[in-house]
Amino acid sequence: MELYELGIKAAQDGLAKGEFTSTDLVESLIRRYREKNGEIGAYLTFDEEQALALAKANPKSVPIAIKDLINVAGQPCTCASRILQGYVSPYDATVIRNLKANGFIPCGRCNMDEFAMGSSTENSALGVTRNPFDPGRVPGGSSGGSAAAVGADMCIAALGSDTGGSIRQPASFCNCVGVKPSYGRVSRYGVTAFASSLDQVGPMTKSVDDAAILLKALAGRDEMDGTTPDVPVPDYPSAIADADMKGLKIGLPKEYFEVSGMDAEVKRITDEAVRKCEAAGAELVEVSLPHTGYAMAVYYIIAPAEASANLARFDGVRYGHRSAASRDVTSLYLKSRAEGFGPEVKRRIIMGTYVLSSGYYDAYYGRAQKVRTLIKRDFDEAFAKVDVMLTPCAPTPAFKFAELQDPLTMYLNDLFTIPSSLAGVCAASVPAGFTRETKLPVGVQFIAGGYEETTLLKACKAFERIMA
Amino acid sequence: MAGNKIDVAYVANLARLELTPEEQTLFQGQLEDIVKYVEKISEADIAGVAPMMHGRPLVNAFREDVVRPSMDREAALGNAPARVGDEFLLPKIVEGAES
Repeated sequence: MELYELGIKAAQDGLAKGEFTSTDLVESLIRRYREKNGEIGAYLTFDEEQALALAKANPKSVPIAIKDLINVAGQPCTCASRILQGYVSPYDATVIRNLKANGFIPCGRCNMDEFAMGSSTENSALGVTRNPFDPGRVPGGSSGGSAAAVGADMCIAALGSDTGGSIRQPASFCNCVGVKPSYGRVSRYGVTAFASSLDQVGPMTKSVDDAAILLKALAGRDEMDGTTPDVPVPDYPSAIADADMKGLKIGLPKEYFEVSGMDAEVKRITDEAVRKCEAAGAELVEVSLPHTGYAMAVYYIIAPAEASANLARFDGVRYGHRSAASRDVTSLYLKSRAEGFGPEVKRRIIMGTYVLSSGYYDAYYGRAQKVRTLIKRDFDEAFAKVDVMLTPCAPTPAFKFAELQDPLTMYLNDLFTIPSSLAGVCAASVPAGFTRETKLPVGVQFIAGGYEETTLLKACKAFERIMA
Repeated sequence: MAGNKIDVAYVANLARLELTPEEQTLFQGQLEDIVKYVEKISEADIAGVAPMMHGRPLVNAFREDVVRPSMDREAALGNAPARVGDEFLLPKIVEGAES
């Protein structure tokens, strides 16, 4: 067995027993990177020298691959955008400081959809990432590079970020565990903002135990991010050790099982997952989330609105691309942004500016925030009856490159992950099987209430056990 | 809100994005579809419903008002597209002023 195949737990055990060092791990990953990255393209950059230096300085640490929107001092942070090509981070994000304080080192920058806007990583301006299970298909997105790195054993584990499904959907497409923590559970200081009322950083791993270990390291109050509450972080790994399906109350939101256009194999795998949970002693409860049908519309108002404000900082003044063609300050803004941003980012900035503009704010953004309250209430009511919910994660397995051409069709790929993001609760994708003909991985989604990560991870671990 | 028509050229200028004529035509059609799609929210009954501003109810988060080290000046200027000394260099902003 090669060291790059290890997950976090196995790597930590081996390090503790002195079987190998961080340098051995990093050397193995470098070999794997050289062998595979040309084909998979999981990484935009992997600074071998820096990774080896970090490993030498931290001989008991586990390397973690980082989505290219999280700042690590001295490393690039491009957000897969031309506007940030050449940018070098002057500081560490809080999640990186937390990793370093807990025996991890950041190694490698994973590809993504530009500024995390997309569901296939095809919106990266800087590289193509292929699905490790079929190079003709996308890895999902926006954390597609992180998911492909985990799925292709090109890392021990990775960090992704999720605004409307960007950890969970690629995790489903690439056969990994992906956890979107509750809103505010993990600090966003130093993480390039997309939609600030939704963004969360989370683990993408080879097992549920690994996700628990990594989340424990990431989570907690940060005085640099005012949205992180002072809620104690449980010791997730030990809290989930005795996870059991028996007696777990699993809600099946009926709206998620009545969707038209769901792939037949995804439906089969999800139905089978439900049956296996029941056979293992879970209690199935049908629940209803009646405002599910509005979630996509709410999201595609709120997320672009917040993005348009957040991305105003890219103006060619203090960092990032500055157009050589600009003559005055207005044309400097207009041209630097025109040259620097890709089409999907431009569309969302325009959409967001429109819904926030004078005369339209109440009808769009204001109204969307009220409908969001209704969606949140749906979840509160459902979680009064059940411990977790089980749903499909994405309506299809990994699709082919250029298969979804129309932006709106691409957006609909996130219909199962967006409502829980709007509600601010936690959710995860766990591998549930493979399609029969195409042999593509499919994950199912577990959802738990806000700050109920222990309950969520317990359900995921119990599920992982019965699927083993 | 039904029937509102997005004027992509106008909004792009508000967002300080210069579009090519091709982009303008493409985005106009695509964004009309997206705007039409999101207008679905007008069907929801929101009478008496409070807006949800964030992923979690927020209270003011204060920290001690004490001076502490901030980012080193060179580090902050390290990614500047253009600089003079310790400042970011920009085209002239105030009309009539010397550049």
